[in-house]
Amino acid sequence: MSEKSWKEVPIGGLIVEPGNSKNYKTGSWRSFKPVWYEDRCIQCLACWNSCPEPSIFVVEGKVTGIDYDFCKGCGICAEVCPEKAHAIEMEPEF
Amino acid sequence: MSKIMGLSGNEAVAHAMRQINPDVAAVYPITPQTELMHQFAEFHSDGLVDTELVLVESEHSAMSATVGAAAAGARAMTATSANGLALMWEIVYIASSLRLPIVMPVVNRALSGPINIHCDHSDTMGARDSGWIQIFSENGQEAYDNAVMAVKISENKTILLPTMVTLDGFILSHTLERVEILEDNEVKKFIGEYHPETSLLDVDKPSTYGALDLQDYYFEHKRQQFEAMGNVLPVIEQVSKEYGKLSGRDYGLIEKYRVDDAERVIILMGSSVGTAKDTVDDLRNAGEKVGLIKIRVYRPFPYNALREALKHVKALAVLDRAISFGTFGGPVFTDVRAMLFGNGVSLPMMNYIYGLGGRDIDKAQIRLAFDSLKDVVKTGKVKKEVNFLGLRD
Repeated sequence: MSEKSWKEVPIGGLIVEPGNSKNYKTGSWRSFKPVWYEDRCIQCLACWNSCPEPSIFVVEGKVTGIDYDFCKGCGICAEVCPEKAHAIEMEPEF
Repeated sequence: MSKIMGLSGNEAVAHAMRQINPDVAAVYPITPQTELMHQFAEFHSDGLVDTELVLVESEHSAMSATVGAAAAGARAMTATSANGLALMWEIVYIASSLRLPIVMPVVNRALSGPINIHCDHSDTMGARDSGWIQIFSENGQEAYDNAVMAVKISENKTILLPTMVTLDGFILSHTLERVEILEDNEVKKFIGEYHPETSLLDVDKPSTYGALDLQDYYFEHKRQQFEAMGNVLPVIEQVSKEYGKLSGRDYGLIEKYRVDDAERVIILMGSSVGTAKDTVDDLRNAGEKVGLIKIRVYRPFPYNALREALKHVKALAVLDRAISFGTFGGPVFTDVRAMLFGNGVSLPMMNYIYGLGGRDIDKAQIRLAFDSLKDVVKTGKVKKEVNFLGLRD
């Protein structure tokens, strides 16, 4: 989302377009990012089930990747990923 | 056609509220405001208003209920004094930053402690940076007139900021005066209907109030408030003119009393202005060139009007009914000084703090302030800048 001047935004910090949080990309808040390794993934969907955002892409019942526009790097997905699979690892963003 | 009534300041403002007929009023008692809402609640019980009265459990809740109602699109009011205003504090700032045109009469009373229920301006002075418009009243008539005008000022589309209409505790709030009140339908027509562009109850145009606003936009929203405050003074002058046509009373931003050829001038606000006008008359009768300026609109501060009015003056005293610890004099003094400094008006100034906690001010005290300026006119110098009137030394 491009940043607007004080003359362009609604007064009082009001949100007048409902559902516009999808335009507000919070991925930049992240200091660690989850990296998904497809070859190790057993498709248990524990990450998808636990992601609070949700930022796990699922197509036809299968994990296909991570939505970095909104993932804040909380690390829950890596935590719940079964130890034997170890398909998601947290790596430093910077 | 106006009607002449004998009313206390509180009753006068309650009549203004009756005629404004707000959609919602949050009610909580605090001396000396209690009687104001008491009277309004009587009007409510008598079926004279359509207002939904919300009986809350504290001033924090009173301001919260008012903010909620205003965000829902209602014309909402509440009233308070001193410690009540202090308890409202965080919501007072939220009202102005959400740009809700709430009108709140504040009956000025000393802020504790030690606990005191009588008049000074320490309560509203604390809120001078809160983003509310502040209009001070000299008497019950002005308190009534200001309350009616405040609705139109606050709701102006270029402003959308809340307003505190102040009246001095007990001195005005509990003293019976001759007050002219307009016809109910005249007030109704003057303020018009309130149709906010956004409201929580507008389901066709849903909106969110009070969302998180971080490093990326909070600053921009503060700049918008600054801009809106900058629009206020010309709107007050305009509304005042319109009100003048209706009522015969056009107030403007400041009132100059025998200032035009005056050498020595005092500046003050609120009920003491009446006593000071009498003192000016006495001194004028004795051939002294004195005058006074009453500041009506304190926030935003009427810089240009004051600067213009003071151009020819030789010595000035600012009388503050509040004390500001750790700064240079009282709040009004500090503002006046800041306004003059660096703006081409070089004027020796004295500050008198007076009337704290309801200490009476009389003509002798005001005379003392004028007398002390004689030496300043002669020498062009001020010996002691911050002084106290009516204090036992």
